[in-house]
Amino acid sequence: MSLPVLKAADFASDQDVRWCPGCGDYSILAQMKKVLPELGVPREKIVFVSGIGCSSRFPYYMNTYGMHSIHGRAPTFATGLKSTRPDLMVWVITGDGDALSIGGNHFIHVLRRNLDINIVLFNNRIYGLTKGQYSPTSTEGQVTKSTPMGSIDHPLSPLSVALAAEATFVARSLDAHVKHLGAVLKRASEHKGTSLVEVYQNCNVFNDGAMAYAQEKKQRADNVVELEHGKPLVFGKNNEKAIRLVGTHLEIVERSEVPDDDLLIHDEKDPNPSIQMMLARMRYPEMPEPIGVLRDVDNVATYDEQINAQVELAKETRGEGDLDKLFHAGDTWVVD
Amino acid sequence: MTTRKIQFMTTTKHVKSVSGITVRLAGDSGDGMQLLGTQLTNTSALAGNDVATFPDFPAEIRAPRGTRAGVSGFQVQFAKEEIFTPGDTLDALVVMNPAALVTNVQDLRKGGILIANEDGFTEKDFKLAKVEANPLEATVINDSYRLIKVPMTQLTRAAVSEHGLSPKIADRCKNFFAMGLVYWLFGRSLDPTLRFIENKFGKKPDVAAANVAALRAGWAFGETTEAFGESYQVEAAELTPGTYRNMMGNQALAWGLVAASKLSGKELFYGTYPITPASDILHELTKHKNFGVRTFQAEDEISAMCATIGAAFGGTMAVTASSGPGIALKAEAMGLGMMLELPMVVVNVQRGGPSTGLPTKTEQSDLLQALFGRNGESPIPVIAPQSPADCFNTAIEAWRIATECMVPVMLLSDGYIANGSEPWKIPTIDTLPKIEIKHPVDNNDGEPFLPYLRNENLGRPWAIPGTEGLMHRVGGLEKEHETGNVSYDPANHQLMTETRAAKVAKIAERIPEQEVFGEPSGDLLVVSWGGTYGACLTAVRRCQQAGHRVSHAHLRYLNPFPRNLGELLKSFDRVLVPELNMGQLRMLLRSEFLVDCIGYNKVQGKPFAVSELIQQIETHVPSPVAV
Repeated sequence: MSLPVLKAADFASDQDVRWCPGCGDYSILAQMKKVLPELGVPREKIVFVSGIGCSSRFPYYMNTYGMHSIHGRAPTFATGLKSTRPDLMVWVITGDGDALSIGGNHFIHVLRRNLDINIVLFNNRIYGLTKGQYSPTSTEGQVTKSTPMGSIDHPLSPLSVALAAEATFVARSLDAHVKHLGAVLKRASEHKGTSLVEVYQNCNVFNDGAMAYAQEKKQRADNVVELEHGKPLVFGKNNEKAIRLVGTHLEIVERSEVPDDDLLIHDEKDPNPSIQMMLARMRYPEMPEPIGVLRDVDNVATYDEQINAQVELAKETRGEGDLDKLFHAGDTWVVD
Repeated sequence: MTTRKIQFMTTTKHVKSVSGITVRLAGDSGDGMQLLGTQLTNTSALAGNDVATFPDFPAEIRAPRGTRAGVSGFQVQFAKEEIFTPGDTLDALVVMNPAALVTNVQDLRKGGILIANEDGFTEKDFKLAKVEANPLEATVINDSYRLIKVPMTQLTRAAVSEHGLSPKIADRCKNFFAMGLVYWLFGRSLDPTLRFIENKFGKKPDVAAANVAALRAGWAFGETTEAFGESYQVEAAELTPGTYRNMMGNQALAWGLVAASKLSGKELFYGTYPITPASDILHELTKHKNFGVRTFQAEDEISAMCATIGAAFGGTMAVTASSGPGIALKAEAMGLGMMLELPMVVVNVQRGGPSTGLPTKTEQSDLLQALFGRNGESPIPVIAPQSPADCFNTAIEAWRIATECMVPVMLLSDGYIANGSEPWKIPTIDTLPKIEIKHPVDNNDGEPFLPYLRNENLGRPWAIPGTEGLMHRVGGLEKEHETGNVSYDPANHQLMTETRAAKVAKIAERIPEQEVFGEPSGDLLVVSWGGTYGACLTAVRRCQQAGHRVSHAHLRYLNPFPRNLGELLKSFDRVLVPELNMGQLRMLLRSEFLVDCIGYNKVQGKPFAVSELIQQIETHVPSPVAV
């Protein structure tokens, strides 16, 4: 049986999109609608679960099943849903405040459990929906409504957190780099296990241009390195620069001065996340920031697979549960 | 009336027949008193007695040895007639050390049997228990009770010596020695405990053999010592015909949930976070994966609640449980569950509060939290079981209401019910009520699907992901009537708020009218709910026998109340509401029915004694009419 061929428009709900004009969220929504028809999964088998924040309005705009839940908890709703309905494709839409501040606990636990879902984290380094307070990813010294003298918090990297939890798929993309974004979303959807995609997303109202060094085409070549599995990490307008591993740290080298054999070759399949963690720690302006897939490790059992396998095993070995047998097992006595 | 032949061990001493016995076993929290109590309960139940238990233990796993804080007790009443409480005063008390003696002896009736492990009464033990002299030598103890001193540690060591255990392991057998002695005293068969030892210690034959030796030595001690002139016998109770088993509250609740899942053709998802005294529900449920039970031990209480909502959205029977502090954490998500109008059950096994409070002690102080502990106008149905075995039926009822109304239902158990046990008449499966659930499918009429269109119960359709054509989005923002789209319209918010309230209120039309034990009018109505059922019923019954015009109404449905409750309250001159809180049900009854209820409120971490309730009733009724 062939499935009806769906188009991006088939995934649009009848609700008006209410993000600010020029918001980076529009681009992510567009890429999602473009990617989903390519997956061949019927709309009714897809569920978008979100928390609270600008990004979390996302499910309302998708013509799939959806749940706009409470702040920070989207991964937990997804856990209950996917554990009991492994047949569904579940996407979690979250933001930097939602996933890393109020929802930090759930974020690490869903990653370590390796539930087979996809998490898209819109990182704009600001609280947008509450009108401009600093977030866990805001930079040190950043002046916002709640930090008039500059933020004194050290920012948190979602990629580092995910790698520390040994997440099986960790990636980053940019709202402005639509082709790359679409490709990364597609790869995330194909991975079995929890996929985390951090998307640098521009909040043009409260934090405009915060990631311009990466988003703007002109600056991107020097400040971003696009990861490709099995290939060296090269960047620069003419691919003239690269990354080399020296001892336990990474350094930028000029390719004209270093033989290609000395360059760091990206291995997204390495089960040991140590070098992937070094990549996650590459930060502008000292280093170019990596985009693409940092880690994609296969063959790790998923939570939903295992919780259901235990139920199946119990049914096979002990037979389908029988209430009468349960009630009469062990010591009983008769009164007549 | 019983067919089961009671196999008494053959004693050569005189046997005195009594109608019931209340005994408490008290020792250090590492002394195995809970095990001893559970075994005595099971054995008595198997002998056909009605039983009721009250385990009472500290929150610390191993509080400092020998101290008053570390005393763990287990009380059981077994009787030949129907009983509803574990008893007020003790006929017999077994104490393993001075701390156990001084913290428990005041509950022993004058002339009651006091068995003490003499070896646990050394200078060191006196210091730990903060007593100045040996209490076993105190005149008041010797004059008031029948004190029997038994060197249990020495006798146990001698009994198990041939099994070559280390002194530490050998000494651990002394609870089985104590058990043997108690079994002799009350004419109990050793067989169920021998079976238990074999199951539990089968892999360690030397430990099993030593425990058996200690058990038999304890029994033989009773038979040979001159300290006991006679033993006691309690005949089987005349219970309703049927097959019975002994059930603890949390186990009954877990089985009720499993049964409800079967009765509704659903598999069960149980999301939870460990908390006293609710954790045993998780331990029990996770044994039953072959019933399609999926248990999820979440990273916190919030996750447990949210995963439950996620599972409910997917079309599964979803349940979470916790105790007061955990329920507080779940409050925001529970509000979402109410807003999404999805069916689920939230169990609160209440404990002493506020904050961390008294984790291992019982209280009924989360009633107002259950009704109002969420932001905004967020009514949900609340029901409460009345006894350990009743948890089974209440769990099924909670799921029935949840699915009929598409709403989270709060089930309020408590530590007393959860850990207590009583005989449970095993139901015939066919007599259990089926729970009908229908998920809508696309009728292809070209009209858009309306996820918030309501049925006669004001419930909405439970359309689940995977259903073609019914794709829809739910969320915590206010919903537009019928379409479920986000709506900020003022009139719509009023309508939806009123509808959600009306949906819960309408349940009163379908639940049974409130029953009364006694006359439908009179001088005093005692109104109770939850785990105080047994004590209140027993107190009212005794007062009725004494000629008082007093009746008893025990509420299972706390939100909404039964439709005849107001009229009932007004049919009595006075209404007395005994609660293990500061008057929460009383506040609700007053505000709902404008009836000036009288409270009797206790928050000591302990259940009511029947005697204190009788005293309360007597202060509020005229002198009895001649009968």
